[in-house]
This record gives sequence, C-alpha cells and structure tokens, in this order.
Amino acid sequence: MSTPENLRYTKEHEWLSDVVDGVATVGITEFAANALGDVVYAQLPAVGDTVTEGETCGELESTKSVSDLYSPVSGEIVEANQDVVDDPALVNTAPFEGGWLFKVRISEEPKDVLSAEEYTKLTAGN
Amino acid sequence: MSTAPRLTALDALHRSLGATMTDFAGWDMPLRYASERDEHNAVRTKAGLFDLSHMGEITLTGPEAVKALDYALVGNISTVGVGRARYTHICQEDGGIVDDLIVYRLGETEYMVVANASNAQVVLDALTERAAGFDTEVRDDRDAYALIAVQGPESPGILASLTDADLDGLKYYAGLPGTVAGVPALIARTGYTGEDGFELFVAPEHAVELWQALTKAGEGVGLVPAGLSCRDTLRLEAGMPLYGHELTTALTPFDAGLGRVVKFEKEGDFVGRAALEAAAEKAATKAPRKLVGLIAEGRRVPRAGFPVTFGGEVIGEVTSGAPSPTLGKPIAMAYVDAEHAAPGASGVGVDIRGTHEPYEVVALPFYKRQK
Repeated sequence: MSTPENLRYTKEHEWLSDVVDGVATVGITEFAANALGDVVYAQLPAVGDTVTEGETCGELESTKSVSDLYSPVSGEIVEANQDVVDDPALVNTAPFEGGWLFKVRISEEPKDVLSAEEYTKLTAGN
Repeated sequence: MSTAPRLTALDALHRSLGATMTDFAGWDMPLRYASERDEHNAVRTKAGLFDLSHMGEITLTGPEAVKALDYALVGNISTVGVGRARYTHICQEDGGIVDDLIVYRLGETEYMVVANASNAQVVLDALTERAAGFDTEVRDDRDAYALIAVQGPESPGILASLTDADLDGLKYYAGLPGTVAGVPALIARTGYTGEDGFELFVAPEHAVELWQALTKAGEGVGLVPAGLSCRDTLRLEAGMPLYGHELTTALTPFDAGLGRVVKFEKEGDFVGRAALEAAAEKAATKAPRKLVGLIAEGRRVPRAGFPVTFGGEVIGEVTSGAPSPTLGKPIAMAYVDAEHAAPGASGVGVDIRGTHEPYEVVALPFYKRQK
C-alpha cells in the first residue's frame, strides 16, 4: 500500500499536502479508501466554510457504511473537488491524486499530524 | 463471544486473492476481493463465484421425514418432488419467523434443509425437537459441506464445461447429484442474487479443487470472485429478504409480505398454524405496516434502522439499505404504515442523520432479470 513520503497524515486517515501560498490539499489515504470500500457519495465542505483541526467537516458514504470526514487542519475552504462529488469512485482509484477532497487556506499549523513513517506504523498489522 | 471465527475450507484461497474478510455469524468470510461494485456488476452481466460455506445444512432421512417437515415448517413439503427444492419458513408457535430456509428433496425419504448461518443452531434444535415424534433422523450436516455458488448469466456455460449433468433439464429451484470437475457435488439451481445461477454443495476437502476449476472455466467470460458485500446488494435489488433485517421472530410471514409460503391447506397440524391463521386475517384486513421498496431522489444512503418519515412523523423503519449499482441510486427496503405503502405515495422520506431525504415508494423488486 502506498503512503507518499511528501504528505502528512492524521490518525483519522486523512492526508495533508505541502502548503503552497498558504493553501494545502486534503484527502483520505489509500488505507482508508480500501477499508471503506467503494465510495458512492462524498459530502464535502463548501467554499468559504471554516474548518477546525480534528473536527468533522463532511462525510464519505460507501456501500457498507458512512464515515465522518475530519479536517486535518484549521482554516477556510477555498476549493472542494467537484470531480469527486461527480464521481466518488475517484477516492478509491486515486486517493492521493485525482481523488483529493478539498483545499484549505490554513489559519494555524496543525498540531496532531504524523509523518509518512509514523502513519505507516499506525496502520501496520491491519 | 470470545471464540475465534470459523474458517471455511477456502480460507487460504480467499487470503491469497487479497480478500477483505469480515466476521459474519461467527464465520470469517470474504466481504469483497476488490471493488464490490465491480463484483456486483459482474454477477449481473457475466458471473461471480461465491463461498457460502457458512450456510447451515441439516439432513432429515427416514420414512416420516416429510411428515416431520410438514409439521415443523409452514410449507407443504409433501408436494416437493425428488430433485426439487422449496423456499419456506420455520416459525414459532406464535407465528414469528425463526428462519427462512430452502428444503431440497434429495431422495424418496431424504431432505436437506439449508438454514442461515446465524440461525443454523436454532433451526437444528427446533427441527430435532419437532421431529421427535416422527420416524426420522435429523442430522447436523453443517461440517459435511462446503458451498460454492456460481451466479450470473454466464454461469450455465461455465458449469456446463465442467459437468455432464443435464443443466438444461435442471429448472430453477431444482437440485441433482452429479459430478463437477471430477468432484461429487449436489448441483442446485438456486441463488440469492436475482440472476440465473447454481449452488454446489461439496465435501469440504474438494472445495479448493472445485473453486479453482470454476475459476479457470470462467476465465474467458468474465467470472470474478465475489464477496458478501455484493451478495447483499444483489439480493436487495432483487427484493429478497434477509433474516435479521426483513425477517425476525417479531414478524410473521404475513407481516413480511410472504404469506404465500404458509400452506394452510396441507394435512395435519404444524407449528404456528393457529397464530398464522390469525396473522393472515389481520394482514388481509388491517395490516399495520407493509414491506416496500424505497428509491432515493438524492445520494445519501439509508441504512437499517433509519426512520421512514412523512410530514415530520415516523411512519416506518428501514430494514436494509445500500447504494444500488444497477439503479445508480440508493435503495432500501422498509416497513411502512399501510396508508403510505402504495407505490408512488408522496411525501415519504428517510431521516438520514437528522435530515429528511425524499424517497419514492415502489413495489419490490427493484430489479428483475430479463429471461
């Protein structure tokens, strides 16, 4: 399973990209996508919404269950991935690329994020 | 319970195929191998291969096996010919459904009852107790069989390439002993997917060999291994009830819209007769709730236990719900107050985590295959 080195991760299985001009991209990990199964519906935060690190900001629905989406960082939403809303399966097929979920203008540095190595350890054995 | 889950004879094979496993009624079963939607679509358009070895087989033999079954079950088992099968229920004295079953008549005086994994012990105990006064032996055959199903439009061709058995002569809800890929098997034309297909009961030591032969035979026509996740969406689209969801001990077959399985005309008493006669009358005159289909107008998925609402009032409850790969929309089965149960009833919705999502009431099933 892939866990890109250049991303940061949360215990809730979101990933957070490098910050470019104050904006970072957020998605869920391949591990999480595999655990969910086929994602059929993504409710993403809207542009302009304020999100808070560790708090729910949307939901992902799969065949078997619905899972809350947690924001890995605090800030303001500047873009939600309309491609994922139209075709939620992108979360399964390309969780680190075309299946990204939203972009957020960061208001403060995240406190509770993991490196790729730490995240890999967290999910090992599952 | 702290006991380790039971493993089927195909367990190592599932793991080698990368299956995501799940605990189901005390068994470790494949939930899906890759995408459950792809597996679902393969069964609808090509074929899927299932391990159903968790199902519980119970055999009744002896001169009064059929009398015992007619007494123990609500169906008319006396009318089942050799080589045929019947869908039926076993009920409590109060009419509540203990389980839904398929009974196969394997010989003149030999019947195999297939129960749901979660109820197999309860059904075995009930059959043993109810058969006590009859000249029959009730045998626990749960460990005697592995069960492999091949389902989907390509399944007759796949199976035909591995057996000399007369599949054309094998009708829906029939079963005959034969040989598949050199392995002795009971070949049944049954399933739980809404597609044509077969269920193959074999000795566990032959399961891997049979699975591999079927996999190879289906290679060129799109056969894929399929898990319990797609089995659930397939049966839901086909409007087939699942024990613990649409069927429970709190409901009679009449409550579940399956009164046709109860055969009052059969000779002799049977367990639940008096209560079921009352239930039949009540269902005909003042049914409190009816089992209906719901199709979402939006994209949020209803789940078992979610309230069905109308004008802010709870008028029913979802028993099963999932995104339907065939319809491309969320669907559900639900028990709904009779006055809102007519197809097309307006204003009905499902409360999905606090939001009223509009749903269309439809007759079941959602999907019926073209024959």
